[in-house]
Amino acid sequence: MSLHDLSGVRAAGAAPADLSPWSEEGRRFGPVTARLRGVRRIFAGRAVLDGVDLEVRKGEFVALLGPTGTGKTTLLRILAGLDRADEGDVGVAAARSVVFQEPRLVPALRVWRNVVIGHRRSAASRKLAAAALDEVGLVRHADAWPRTLSGGEAQRVALARALVQEPALLLLDEPFAALDALTRIRMHGLVQQLLSLSNRVVVLNGGRVRLDAPVDMPRPRARTDRAFENLRQRLLAKLDVAADEPPI
Amino acid sequence: MSFAGSAAVEAAALGGDQHDAEPGLHLVDLGAKAGPASERSFLSAARGALRVLVPVGLLAAWQTVSGLGLVEPAVLPSPLTVAEAFGELIGTGELQAAIPASLHRALTGLILGAGTGLVLGLFAGLWRIGEQLFDAPLQMLRTIPFIATIPLFIIWFGIGEAAKVALIYAAAIFPVYLNTYAGVRGVDPKLIEAAKVFGLKPRQISLRVILPTALPSILVGIRFSAGIALLALVAAEQINARSGIGYILNNANQNQRTDVIIAGIIVYALLGIVIDLVMRWVERLALPWRASLVFA
Repeated sequence: MSLHDLSGVRAAGAAPADLSPWSEEGRRFGPVTARLRGVRRIFAGRAVLDGVDLEVRKGEFVALLGPTGTGKTTLLRILAGLDRADEGDVGVAAARSVVFQEPRLVPALRVWRNVVIGHRRSAASRKLAAAALDEVGLVRHADAWPRTLSGGEAQRVALARALVQEPALLLLDEPFAALDALTRIRMHGLVQQLLSLSNRVVVLNGGRVRLDAPVDMPRPRARTDRAFENLRQRLLAKLDVAADEPPI
Repeated sequence: MSFAGSAAVEAAALGGDQHDAEPGLHLVDLGAKAGPASERSFLSAARGALRVLVPVGLLAAWQTVSGLGLVEPAVLPSPLTVAEAFGELIGTGELQAAIPASLHRALTGLILGAGTGLVLGLFAGLWRIGEQLFDAPLQMLRTIPFIATIPLFIIWFGIGEAAKVALIYAAAIFPVYLNTYAGVRGVDPKLIEAAKVFGLKPRQISLRVILPTALPSILVGIRFSAGIALLALVAAEQINARSGIGYILNNANQNQRTDVIIAGIIVYALLGIVIDLVMRWVERLALPWRASLVFA
């Protein structure tokens, strides 16, 4: 897997020994799609990211948690290549795509043109778009204008646009946050079904990775499950939420 | 329409047992429009009739005042006299010769001016160097009322066709420039960022994201320019016109033919309406994705 060098002012050196807690588990997954070492990003004198080490392999579904302002979006923007680290090494798969918080569809282009925006207009790209739209259940809307879509539909088009790139690394920046609860559940199901991934949760707090743990309970997961509850308590602790606080 | 029942339902939904103690909320009626459909269509027909009646009434008043001789015909001839002047202009073939001549001037100036404004606006919008080179000078020139430059244009270009077309050209540049520049700069940076993530090169971003998204603004600029081109045409045709509507007006002025002058003014107005209709039609064709925004 060739990694794009997106590191900061300090150029990437040779890859040092694998520090990831996943080095042994690594065989379970595909090649590395993102590798961060000692990544720092400073905004106005404040280190939003203060030495982040993270490695993601193909086939992993990593949920990045953290209180607001701990640099989740900054980290994602660095991985996407939209922002540069001030220090540290960043290697990211060239084939990557992003689903943003908003759909970010070009209003002047039909849905299918938005899906294959990186491709030339051709019969082949049209076919490609139709296939991707079929996966998210919107093939009927291929010729619609983005403004005629509902919020959930537009976000599904954005997902189709990301999938068309056949990304080794798919970055999702809370893409379903603005949707209603029911649509959100359905969209999470769609992503799971499309990608059939194993799970891992990473907690970012104070600019560093505080917890990096697998989520290996079988689905469907009940909230009353002992292992699930244990993990939940660990996550809440790392997120500075007292364990006995009532759930929101 | 009574809402007593609904109020009770609402109170029950909110508080359960409170609905006995609290008086019903005052609800605003946002239901279907009152009155049967036939009544509504009658109302809208009446409104439509009113829109026609007022201008027709004004015309009738004008005819009465002039017809009774209350106003000197040399000051304000009656509508019928103006209509006769129209007939005269068409009969002699003057009008048929004048309109193409005037349109030719206006369109030549407009196409060249709008083209220049478009190129400059895109250049300034897409490249910083373009903005630095000519945004400031254009913003300064824009503040000059173009009619004030007529004497200068006469010195530079004489009193022939060149001066007329040049004046229209100069006036038509600015609306297209300003709206193109603003349209390009107004494209949501998030869209451009997303396009970058999906591997689009700067040229592709310009063609696939920025230009189509800025097109509504560009077309508004062209519509403004078309209006200004007409204004500049009227001004330019005051300079020694040997053809066109301005020529008719000049002759009528020398011959004290107020009726012909009014007929000429009406021709200018009709040209303005036609230009606007054409531009609206072009916008509808060019911006199908905006059709969904228009409500009723």
